[in-house]
Amino acid sequence: MSVDLQLRFDSEAITEFSKANQEPAWFLEKRLAGLKAAGELQLPVLEKTKIDKWNIQQFVPFQASSPVASVQELDEVVKAQIDLDNVSNLLVQKNASVQFFAVTDELKQQGVIFAPLATALKEHGDLVQKYFQQVIALDEHKLTALHTAVVSGGVFLYVPKNVEVKVPLQAVYQVAGDDALVSPHVLIVAEANSKVSYVDTFVSGEGNNMVVNSIVEAFVGPGANVQVASVRTLSVDVHDYNFRRATVDRDGTMEWVLGEMNDGNTVSNNTTLLKGQASTAETKTISVGTGSQRQNLTSQVQHFGTHSESNMVSKAVMTGEAVSILNGITKIEKGAEKANGEQAENVLMLSDKARGDANPILLIDEDDVKAGHAASVGRFSEESIYYLMSRGISRQAAERLIILGFLDPVVAEIPIEEVQNRLRQALERKLG
Amino acid sequence: MTAIPHLQIKNLRAKIEDKEILKGMNLEIKGGEVHAIMGPNGTGKSTLASTLMGHPKFEVTEGEVLINGEDLLDMAVDERARAGLFLAMQYPSEVSGVTNSDFLRSAINARRGEGNEISLMKFIREMDKKMSTLEMDESFSHRYLNEGFSGGEKKRNEILQMMMIEPSICILDEIDSGLDIDALKVVANGVNEMRTADRGFLIITHYQRLLNYIKPDFVHVMMQGRIVKSGGPELAERLEAEGYDWIKEELGIEDETVNANV
Ligand SMILES: Nc1ncnc2c1ncn2[C@@H]1O[C@H](COP(=O)(O)OP(=O)(O)O)[C@@H](O)[C@H]1O
Ligand SMILES: [Mg+2]
Repeated sequence: MSVDLQLRFDSEAITEFSKANQEPAWFLEKRLAGLKAAGELQLPVLEKTKIDKWNIQQFVPFQASSPVASVQELDEVVKAQIDLDNVSNLLVQKNASVQFFAVTDELKQQGVIFAPLATALKEHGDLVQKYFQQVIALDEHKLTALHTAVVSGGVFLYVPKNVEVKVPLQAVYQVAGDDALVSPHVLIVAEANSKVSYVDTFVSGEGNNMVVNSIVEAFVGPGANVQVASVRTLSVDVHDYNFRRATVDRDGTMEWVLGEMNDGNTVSNNTTLLKGQASTAETKTISVGTGSQRQNLTSQVQHFGTHSESNMVSKAVMTGEAVSILNGITKIEKGAEKANGEQAENVLMLSDKARGDANPILLIDEDDVKAGHAASVGRFSEESIYYLMSRGISRQAAERLIILGFLDPVVAEIPIEEVQNRLRQALERKLG
Repeated sequence: MTAIPHLQIKNLRAKIEDKEILKGMNLEIKGGEVHAIMGPNGTGKSTLASTLMGHPKFEVTEGEVLINGEDLLDMAVDERARAGLFLAMQYPSEVSGVTNSDFLRSAINARRGEGNEISLMKFIREMDKKMSTLEMDESFSHRYLNEGFSGGEKKRNEILQMMMIEPSICILDEIDSGLDIDALKVVANGVNEMRTADRGFLIITHYQRLLNYIKPDFVHVMMQGRIVKSGGPELAERLEAEGYDWIKEELGIEDETVNANV
């Protein structure tokens, strides 16, 4: 069945953009296939969240913005995320354009590829093609198809065997202006025994009716270690859809640190496929629901390898009339003997009108495994407040200490100080 | 020098969930004095401590408490603390994500007020010093408040807070429970270091043992929600030797628990 998309762009606009960026033919084909599929596929089915009335596709893609010569010229919201005195490996993207990009010689000498996706398509097209959409398929649902049609920007990160990248690599994505779209695709390939950390932030400028539709695909090789930290502080005028997925080979480790600090509606899905023996996944998510925003945040781990281990922690603070659905899915496949999957969702409710649902789901098809979950939805412990106040701390300050304390163990994991500080600021702002 | 601290408890009655626990408490504590309250379990000792501190579960139905002449019962919990009251709790809370040192610094700064915050260097120095007096490992300053602490570690941590905050009226509720004799000495040491003319103590215990290390000036026996007998240190010794029965007989009390009356 075909759905009338009523898009504000067409295959001509897509082709024009692809040509202008000298994309390889296979990539344009993907885009056009994506456009077609977007008209045919349904939206993803989400637990307790209906998104059909959300802004899925009412945006104008490929909006250009001018590059800057130095980071000093970037917008303030972007600059705040960056250590301006110490710019090393950094991508800054606004809407469809890369505004600033820097990579160190050291990284190049190590054989690491860290490049804007458009550049990588030109210079390392075959390598990109080998991995692109291998863990998140074009036709999973309407949103992945749409993403493929209008993808613009993102990074390609390739780390050769045995190479350890010492400093975290950073990207900042900004969506700004009426009907703007940011739709980056981040592709991370870490070969055997390599190590890398990638940190991105999504910020927004002025504008109405904006959309973010982003994808991260990570390929963690044998014994490799990949960390992805992502902080999103998009305004109430942005609808955010993000899908992140990693596949992990034997003895590899994938670590996610996610700060879902948007003010607007958000769908986030974060999945790790533990394919290899003794592979590991760590997922830590914090979120704060404010105003009347709706969020559906899913963390998922699928165990295939024997002795694979996962640990998922989600913490949410709910205020105002916000609604958050937190899904934690641990799936252990037949044959994943001695796998161990743990998850915990904890929701702190600060308002009677807010709603926070923690849905831990364990799906286990193998006998010889360990799995566990702990979910809690609660208010401040009055005992804790009393205890802090009994030392002279005001109620307000006591509540603040408890909320920040609730979230801080995750915040502290973000490897770039500026991003960590901005995240703390975003927390303070959201918590009023 | 500030005036000698003074806590006056007059005919205090308090209840929890419609059950009257304190039934007319009278007690006066001045700076330089150490009072001990002893009494069987369930008699209302912790209720007294919690009511004075302002625990929300306890409701005062009658009476008056003044701290340095001001109405304590009219103050919020944090105001009571800033007025100089401190309670080392029998069962302190665990607060995840808040480190011991962040918490203590907030507490100290809350008392000092905005613009007069303690410098980080000075704070660390003081904390190190006091932790070594209490033979606490350095790592405790970075651990989350009471989280995963053993019973004894929690007690030390209460005393550490008292030493850092330097209150003027200190109530210690069963600070000896869960401590072995060595730990007891260490904790008593910390308390004794703080005994000065401008600080008063109320020590709640049901063992005389603690009072061997912290010598009280006054000993009170509490039963059925009020003080039934007062004396000097010799009273504690007699209680240790003979138990509470003689007092019950002397006063014609049939059962030491308040439950028996309701
Ligand atoms: N939170 C509470 N809820 C109900 N009853 C309580 C609570 N706390 C204490 N009590 C009751 O109050 C009485 C006095 O308790 P407490 O003050 O703890 O005694 P003590 O400290 O002398 O052992 C007991 O009967 C106890 O059961
Ligand atoms: Mg008690």
